[in-house]
Amino acid sequence: MRDTLLEVENLKKVYESSTGDVEAIGDISFTMKRGELVCIVGPSGCGKTTLLKCISGLLTPTAGRVELDGVAVKSPPPNMALVFQEYGRSLYPWLTVRGNVELPLKHKVKSKEERQKLVEDALLAVGLDHAAGSYPWQLSGGMQQRVAIARAVAYQPEVLIMDEPFAAVDAQTRADLEDLVRSLHRERGMSLLFVTHDIDESVYLGERVIVLSKSPTWVQEDLAIDLPDERDQITTRAMPRFTELRTHVYEQIQRAKRGEAVRPGA
Amino acid sequence: MTTASAPVPRLRSRRQTHGLRKLLLGIVGIAGFLLTWELIPLAKIVSPEYLPPASTVLGVLVTEFMDLEFWRNVGRTMTTWGVGLLIATVAATAIGTIVGLVPALRRFTHTTVEFLRPIPSVALIPLAILMFGFQMPAALLIVVYASFWQVFVQVLYGVADVDTVARDTARSFGLTRAERFRNLVLPTALPYIMTGVRLGAAVALILTVTAELLIAVPGIGRIIVFARSAGDVPTVYAYVVVAGLLGLIVNLVFRLVERRVLSWHQSVRGEDPA
Amino acid sequence: MTSMETRTIAVLRRPRSRSRSILSSIWFALGFPFFLLVLWGVWATISPQKFFPSPITIFQAFIKTWIGPAFVDDVLPSLLRLAVGIVLSIVVGIVAGTVIGLVRWLRDLLEPVLEFFRAVPPPVLVPILMLIFGPGDATRVIVIVAGAVWPVLLNTIEGVRSTDSVMTETARSYALTRWERLRFLVLPAASPRIMTGVRQSLSVALILMVISEMFNNSSGLGYRITYFQTNYLIPEMWSGILLLGLVGVLLATIFGIVERRVLAWYHGIKEVERA
Repeated sequence: MRDTLLEVENLKKVYESSTGDVEAIGDISFTMKRGELVCIVGPSGCGKTTLLKCISGLLTPTAGRVELDGVAVKSPPPNMALVFQEYGRSLYPWLTVRGNVELPLKHKVKSKEERQKLVEDALLAVGLDHAAGSYPWQLSGGMQQRVAIARAVAYQPEVLIMDEPFAAVDAQTRADLEDLVRSLHRERGMSLLFVTHDIDESVYLGERVIVLSKSPTWVQEDLAIDLPDERDQITTRAMPRFTELRTHVYEQIQRAKRGEAVRPGA
Repeated sequence: MTTASAPVPRLRSRRQTHGLRKLLLGIVGIAGFLLTWELIPLAKIVSPEYLPPASTVLGVLVTEFMDLEFWRNVGRTMTTWGVGLLIATVAATAIGTIVGLVPALRRFTHTTVEFLRPIPSVALIPLAILMFGFQMPAALLIVVYASFWQVFVQVLYGVADVDTVARDTARSFGLTRAERFRNLVLPTALPYIMTGVRLGAAVALILTVTAELLIAVPGIGRIIVFARSAGDVPTVYAYVVVAGLLGLIVNLVFRLVERRVLSWHQSVRGEDPA
Repeated sequence: MTSMETRTIAVLRRPRSRSRSILSSIWFALGFPFFLLVLWGVWATISPQKFFPSPITIFQAFIKTWIGPAFVDDVLPSLLRLAVGIVLSIVVGIVAGTVIGLVRWLRDLLEPVLEFFRAVPPPVLVPILMLIFGPGDATRVIVIVAGAVWPVLLNTIEGVRSTDSVMTETARSYALTRWERLRFLVLPAASPRIMTGVRQSLSVALILMVISEMFNNSSGLGYRITYFQTNYLIPEMWSGILLLGLVGVLLATIFGIVERRVLAWYHGIKEVERA
């Protein structure tokens, strides 16, 4: 079993537009080990979403290579699941919560009982077992995002990719969801790639924080977070090491915005 | 996967390419349709007596275009259409506004509206003939009855759709009824009214031609009837094409007007027609 | 919001008894129509109009004309043709609309031609269709389909091609098969739009049913009404119009029931948005 799960090498994506070409991603390289929780932060418009779409196979990069578990990613692979920011548009309103969580499993798991088990297990893990028969639009925003997470968890991916999933959710709910993500990571050993613009969130959640430069984007810094594994909202965020790390990341982002950081090598 | 070393300036953007492609495909589609139309009677799949080839029909069309009587008939049809639409719009806006603004009236008239609305206008043709004979007013009755409902329903939606926050704001600023109507209800209802008029215009044209067809009121529809009884099949087809073209033009014009008038409105609401 | 306000304010209101609310519904539903009928009846008695007999006369004519053999001879076949025409229109419209909506080049190819056909007033096609297909029941059904298919077809195309991009990406990210996408994403997402088309299609179908029967000497509801008119049987003619109205209301009611079922989720969302 390889230790490296995800390999991104020299990834580049150029968009064509009527006013000229836009280089959304310049040159991004990083690796992710099995069972890691990696956060990606960067200034606005630095192509974080484009990066995720390239990694998940939804977009074809202009250059570079993405490999998941040694296999090149050309289209969405079956061992990867995506959680979008717009939960309202990602869940299907004509399906119940259970229906939504079960849908991706229909072609993956043939037996109905197995599917039911996975669905119930996932809903239990996110704390929504009582809402299985409701429709997504009957639930609050935070609960809807939990449904989206349950759907990803039930899919049993090796790596879970989350694209600013809590940006559209209020602060208190966000704290609960962050803890949910960490518990999923620790209890299920899920590898997680988490994109956010919230610096505190990235330090709180991550084992590593990757800071992106501004467009054309490259990896400005790959920071190891040496906070203890057991984290909670109150104590961890009060630790002096937390403050050090977040200040460092913040400074990096500021440098990225100003375009001050110098690209190593080329 | 192409490896681009540096951004390459494009001669034509992707969007322009697609627009051009769409235009070309559309033209190919029309050409293909005309070709099929030409070939089916020629290949005797359907007898050319009943389905004259496209070239014959187009020939008739060209001849008609140069005939003054043709344009007079178009004028008659459009007059019936225009007058009917105008009456329907004025009546529907007036009645619709009153009913829409008074909730009690709305509830009272609800069942009546829901019963009268589905009655096909053509069912009234015998009545129209009895009342007005085989004249234009008979057609007018049919046209007005059908278009009225299109506009009326939209006006009801529009008047009811006033944003509650905006209304509360207006009231808290002490605007009078009239001011609220002018500044709040009218702008909210305007997109709906425009949609209603557009739908009503399409319906009015259809019913004008239908009435001319069935009541032999002067106009395009009547020519079709005459041509049919005379066994002049190509002319029948030619005038069907004319009816279609008129419908297209009317729809296009109203869409343009709607977009212009409502350019300040972020969404075009109401039921989009087929 | 408003519900929160009523919780903090003491509300001293007796809940309306069920009988009172049923009575009030009936009053609202039937009050105005009843009032109109009375008005008409009074006017017809005071100054009898040749073409506007009193409601009672019409009602009597209704019973006499339609409750009996005429029902089986004329009404039932008409309704049958209408039903077949509607079902065919919906099926063809949805199937063709889905295919055209999903295949971009096909859509671009056919769009101008379809727009033209949609703009042709359906009744105008009746003489042509009767020419090509001859008189007979099948032709009358074809006439109905030729007109009623367009709203369904065009609305399906529109609904199918405007699937939400985030929903599509979700489906792609979970590698849903084409059939799964069609069944669980594209068609349900397009269903509000499709139902709009079906509703319009119903009115067109009814109109064409009547017209297709007015043309030929045969049988059917439309034919009967024209017959009454040509023979100056005024109350009978009115009773025919009334029957047509009832058929229209029946169609609308059936549609309403089906629509509420199929689009229950859609109405749910709208309610939540409005709150």
